[in-house]
Amino acid sequence: MTWTLVLVLFAGAYAFKVTGLVLLGGRSLPPVVDQCLVLIPAAVVTALVVKDTFSQGQDLVLDARAAGIAVATLAAWRRAPLIVVIVLGAAVTALVRQIG
Amino acid sequence: MVVACTTLSMAVGVFGVSFGVGSVAAGASIAQTCALSLLVFTGASQFSAVSVIGAGGSFGSALGGALLLAARNGVYGLAMSRRIEGRLATRLLAAQLTIDETTAMSAGQSDPRAQRIAFWFTGVTLYVFWNLGTLLGAVAGSAIDPTTYGLDAAFPAGFVAMVWPLLSDRRARRAAFLGGLICLIAIPLTAVGVPILLSALAVLVGLQKPVSPPSERTT
Repeated sequence: MTWTLVLVLFAGAYAFKVTGLVLLGGRSLPPVVDQCLVLIPAAVVTALVVKDTFSQGQDLVLDARAAGIAVATLAAWRRAPLIVVIVLGAAVTALVRQIG
Repeated sequence: MVVACTTLSMAVGVFGVSFGVGSVAAGASIAQTCALSLLVFTGASQFSAVSVIGAGGSFGSALGGALLLAARNGVYGLAMSRRIEGRLATRLLAAQLTIDETTAMSAGQSDPRAQRIAFWFTGVTLYVFWNLGTLLGAVAGSAIDPTTYGLDAAFPAGFVAMVWPLLSDRRARRAAFLGGLICLIAIPLTAVGVPILLSALAVLVGLQKPVSPPSERTT
């Protein structure tokens, strides 16, 4: 690891984070663009769930996490508080791992 | 929200510890390890960069892999630009906190004020825990394995709860389904980091003319 890499990584990562916020921030956009932007969290957060549950690097896997997330989804559907959903997901995953 | 957010932050702290340990083990100094967490503040990119360097990879491959993972924060920035208001300085600061957890936590709130509060509260708490965890791991040099307590599943479980309220909207449901599907298909086919970027294409369902009247029909 070199300091150059640390700094270049900082610059690169920050550039990604700041571009959208500063370019679009406070600007009014055509309604159709707004309609798309507002859907980003639904699309991307669902994708994060899929990635964090079913992948190991580039491999698709089915392991203890799937059981944990299944229970968490059930809890979310029953409108359980966020904290309950998180703890259930982690606990069930740990339990299934222990058994498995 | 505060309790849930603190729990999530503690999980992030544990990952911070394991990053600290892993980074020092991969040859970075304690100062470099802490600088990565303070400056880059994107867990997946940091893990990727130190592991590539640790395995003897080149500057270019470490950088490329890490930036590919960081690129999705650009998509979050686009989304958050609709919610974070205020002066340029506020937005420059908000940018540093624009990551998976803050975007998701904010998205789960119903009104704009709650969305902003969730963003800032989650961002600051995570920043503190991630950096304390990193320092602890880098100095102490041993970590709890996050998988022992299922902490790796804490994130997707939290994300499910955060995305759930959005799904009452028909378009959001379509975008969510399509985003998840794109990601699933892309995982084995593309480099790590790319599937999440591709999933953002699902927002193009927003281009559709609304079929149902505003009085939302139930499907």
